[in-house]
Amino acid sequence: MILARSANARLGWRLKFDSGMVPLAMGITILGSWLLIAIFAPLLAPYDPILQDAAVRLKPPSMAHPFGTDNFGRDILSRVIWGARIDLQIATFGVVFAFVIGTIVGSIAGYFGGWIDIMFMRLIDIVLAFPFLVLMLTIIVILGPGLGSFYVAMALVGWVSYARLIRAQFLVLKNADFAVAAVSLGYSHTRVMFRHLLPNAILSSIVFSMSDAVLVLLNGAAISYLGLGVQPPTAEWGIMIAEGQGFITIGWWITTFPGIAIVVLAMGFSMLADGLGEVLGVRE
Amino acid sequence: MHRYRFILYRPIQLLPVLIGISVITFILVRSIPGDPVRALLGARGTPESILRIRAQFGLDESLWTQYFYFVKNLFHGEMGKSILYKVDVLKLVSTRIEPTIILVGGSVLLALLIAVPLASIAAKYRGRPVDHIIRMLSTAGLGFPAFWLAIMLILLFSVQLDLFPVAGYGKTFSEKLHHMILPWLTVALALSAVLTRNLRASILAELHSDQATAARARGLPENVVFWRHVMPNSLIPTINLLAVNIGWLISGTVVIESVFAIPGMGQLLVRGIFTRDYMVVQSVAMTFACATVFVNFMADVLTVTIDPRVKL
Repeated sequence: MILARSANARLGWRLKFDSGMVPLAMGITILGSWLLIAIFAPLLAPYDPILQDAAVRLKPPSMAHPFGTDNFGRDILSRVIWGARIDLQIATFGVVFAFVIGTIVGSIAGYFGGWIDIMFMRLIDIVLAFPFLVLMLTIIVILGPGLGSFYVAMALVGWVSYARLIRAQFLVLKNADFAVAAVSLGYSHTRVMFRHLLPNAILSSIVFSMSDAVLVLLNGAAISYLGLGVQPPTAEWGIMIAEGQGFITIGWWITTFPGIAIVVLAMGFSMLADGLGEVLGVRE
Repeated sequence: MHRYRFILYRPIQLLPVLIGISVITFILVRSIPGDPVRALLGARGTPESILRIRAQFGLDESLWTQYFYFVKNLFHGEMGKSILYKVDVLKLVSTRIEPTIILVGGSVLLALLIAVPLASIAAKYRGRPVDHIIRMLSTAGLGFPAFWLAIMLILLFSVQLDLFPVAGYGKTFSEKLHHMILPWLTVALALSAVLTRNLRASILAELHSDQATAARARGLPENVVFWRHVMPNSLIPTINLLAVNIGWLISGTVVIESVFAIPGMGQLLVRGIFTRDYMVVQSVAMTFACATVFVNFMADVLTVTIDPRVKL
């Protein structure tokens, strides 16, 4: 809140940009902070995140352990700090593959139209109506628990949104003067698609990918919570919440702090999406 | 009546979607490594008993034949037999579907009850502090992991205040309601965040629409304009957003059912996948898919009913 006020005071006079700049600045600050925490985790974490210490089991927050300790005597603060590495990775890779596949499919469907477009649109209908969890769980059971299986599942489901966004843009842009000019100059389809049309079409996908990162992050944490993602003793926020659930009556801090970490990181992505959307004039 | 013609041909369009889903589920489930019969019999399994049980469930037939029987059974309103529970899957699904429907339906209602007033207030006082607070809350609400929120609500309402049961479902109607309040709250809080953001934006756009201006020009008081003309039209994008996300919502309830130990479809599905209970997984997947398709269809009907300009 302090951040919001200072940002407001500084940017208040810029009426036009005000509504977008505040969330943008906050989003960048939050994400940047988490990125730095993840990079410098070995320097920042006061303890080893997986080191067990029977002497300090289930200790409430104190000066020595600001976020308390869990049932193995592991320091929660250190585990939250190290967990940033895994959860940032989940949000990134869970989005990237879907983004790339969706962009390519959407470009092809929108550019060529006709039966190619119809075919892809039917496929998109199927994926949209497909029970997401059935796909995710069976893929994880087939490939074995772990983040790799999770990324495959997210890519197989997530591309749909990007394909629809890019296709919608391409349908309009391919009739624009600059596109017609590029075609009449004899440029290849690939060149027109990816050098001329895509740079104009991709903004809304980039904005959407930020809010998509929130969903992916929550899903990744949920999968780990169910015991199908990251495996113990790795420090990851979803697992930490699951591990603390059994001790909820005697140690609220074990589940509370990793949960807050997820909420803050997710807010960072949401605000970046809001801010970028307003500043770039992209409506979701 | 011309506008409602899509009610007749939309189901025909949706048939390929459902067929596609049935094929993909069928292949996926059978790609899970391991043999369900062997898993079921464990050490007791002799080669003869394994063959006998495989024959009993039709697993010795070719994949084409198995798929054919699966689809044929569906058209007869049957779903085959569960390998694990040894009863008709239809019976399993019909007992498990109630908690899931109550969970999803109640959550959606509660989410709308939260979102409509919040979005109206935020849109009415646009740019004022109350608008900023509501937007801030809804942005934060988007990022709440449902399973974590559930645990926090249990900690507050069940452990500290002792108001609601920690988990389970209950037998009588009032017991069920009592058990459902925390799960509803969990899903609704996250869902209302999405809905509030969307509804606020469409109310703001709709406040300056021609039809709202026309209503004002006829001398209607502002709150009549708002509730009779602005709100119904603003709800259309929100209803469609809800329909598009119903698949995610149903999937999300699996985690909620797991946290609160609610004996619903999600638990049936998870168990089915881990025991390779082919018929159960296929049937749950088809039920979810049909529910998703049906909800989207109803959203189309509702859209056409509310807005006479829309043609589908």
